Amino acid sequence: MKALYNYIKNIVIGIYQLMQGMYISMLNMLRPKVTEQYPENRGKKQYGEWFRAMLVMPHDVENHHRCTACGICMNSCPNGTIKVESNMIKDETTGKDKRVLNRYLYDLGSCTFCALCTQNCPFHAIEWSNDFENTVFNCQKLVLKLNKEGSSLMVKKTENKE
Amino acid sequence: MQQMISLQDLTLWIDEFLRNLFGGTWALLIEFVLIGLALLVAYAVLALFLIYAERKICAFFQCRIGPNRVGIWGIFQSTADMIKILLKELIRINRADHFLFRIASFIVIIGSICTFAALPFAKGIQVLDFNIGVFYILAISSLGVVGILMAGWSSNSKYTMIGAMRSGAQLLSYELSCGLSLLAVVVLAGTMQVSQIVEQQSDLWFIFKGHIPACIAFVTYLIAGHAETNRGPFDLPEAESELTAGYHTEYSGIQFGFFYLAEYLNMFIIAAIAATMFLGGWMPLHIPGWESFNKVMDYIPSFVWFFGKTGFCIFLALWVRWSFPRLRIDQLLNLEWKILMPICLINLLLMSVAVIF
Ligand code: SF4
Ligand code: SF4
Repeated sequence: MKALYNYIKNIVIGIYQLMQGMYISMLNMLRPKVTEQYPENRGKKQYGEWFRAMLVMPHDVENHHRCTACGICMNSCPNGTIKVESNMIKDETTGKDKRVLNRYLYDLGSCTFCALCTQNCPFHAIEWSNDFENTVFNCQKLVLKLNKEGSSLMVKKTENKE
Repeated sequence: MQQMISLQDLTLWIDEFLRNLFGGTWALLIEFVLIGLALLVAYAVLALFLIYAERKICAFFQCRIGPNRVGIWGIFQSTADMIKILLKELIRINRADHFLFRIASFIVIIGSICTFAALPFAKGIQVLDFNIGVFYILAISSLGVVGILMAGWSSNSKYTMIGAMRSGAQLLSYELSCGLSLLAVVVLAGTMQVSQIVEQQSDLWFIFKGHIPACIAFVTYLIAGHAETNRGPFDLPEAESELTAGYHTEYSGIQFGFFYLAEYLNMFIIAAIAATMFLGGWMPLHIPGWESFNKVMDYIPSFVWFFGKTGFCIFLALWVRWSFPRLRIDQLLNLEWKILMPICLINLLLMSVAVIF
């Protein structure tokens, strides 16, 4: 008798739990869809800062960047993706030697998007953009020069006051 | 009831026209060909639609959009798939049993089409209407398992073999519950003729008429039928995760297409039988005493009722498929032999008692 009772009880509990499962899957079905319609939503969708699509070097309106050409990013990159080419010039005011960025070369083809470069840059001179459409027809075009033509180092505000 | 459009007039008119033109024997032959063609076309079109609907609904259950590139809303996706499958090469398997290998897919699809022919699609549209219709449906729909076993055996591969063996165990067991739950309806209707069964539901559908036993039979039939289609939580014969594709692993091109078609159409057939036996088939919803309500219901064409109810049952099947985890083979057989079968037998007894008193 006990066995029969347990048997029926198990069936009833089983049915109840299966109904719960079906209820949950129905809730799932009625939820908004998460699919991104790519070519249609092109340019409309902003991914967060976490999205590592391409390395960029932000410039302000006066064409200044923050890179001091220290080369830390180049040395921390495991793939040799970044090449910082710098010139030594004499500072007119202090008369000391000073390193100035000439070309900042970034090879998109060998970058693994590990973000070691952006994390290690002490001046936050480089960051990630959301622009992921970076397909090109030959691999030479993957080598990008990140600093703009004629750009120079941003002068810090504190230095300005002095 | 009389004012519902009956497609019988149309078929009778075609019959008369052909008889006048060619005389008895030739008219009969031409009608055979016409009906065969109509069935095959309906089969193929339904399969295409079902594949599309299934992919869409599955996508919705997973919060996706589903196919949406080929045509508006992606409605031509399954047509494109069909063209692709027709263009594919039929690969010749080394050391396979070629005769059985070739014949297996045909047996599966023949079983499926023969069952398809016995469905009452609308008022006056039913190809086969025996006085033992239910019996015929049960018998012919289990022909598919022969084809599946053949496919598994002849492909000469361990995956197909295991898939076919599982399928044999599963289909043969669930056939019992399937039959027993349909028997409950036969007891209630007192006839095995499908058209009679539909006719008897003209005042109220069997699921309401038969009280609790009919509801239980409906649920057990849906479960057993679902297991018969090798889908959802009962997809052990195909088991993508462990058997690649189960019994049709070695098939390619249109032969694979046949298995694929048969699988989808079996889903439709099971749903259609459930709709016919329990939900009144093409019969509109009539409630005794509500005359005006019944009249309004009669204005909805009968095939809309049929496909609506079938669609509802298919949706239930898909809902179950995306809700429950897969069963192990021992759990599968436990479910049938220790739970479903006893319930079906007791239910049959209940139904008989209910019919007598
Ligand atoms: S990007 Fe940053 S780390 Fe790299 S050279 Fe410029 S300042 Fe140094
Ligand atoms: S993300 Fe990694 S691989 Fe790419 S440039 Fe930065 S450090 Fe090199």
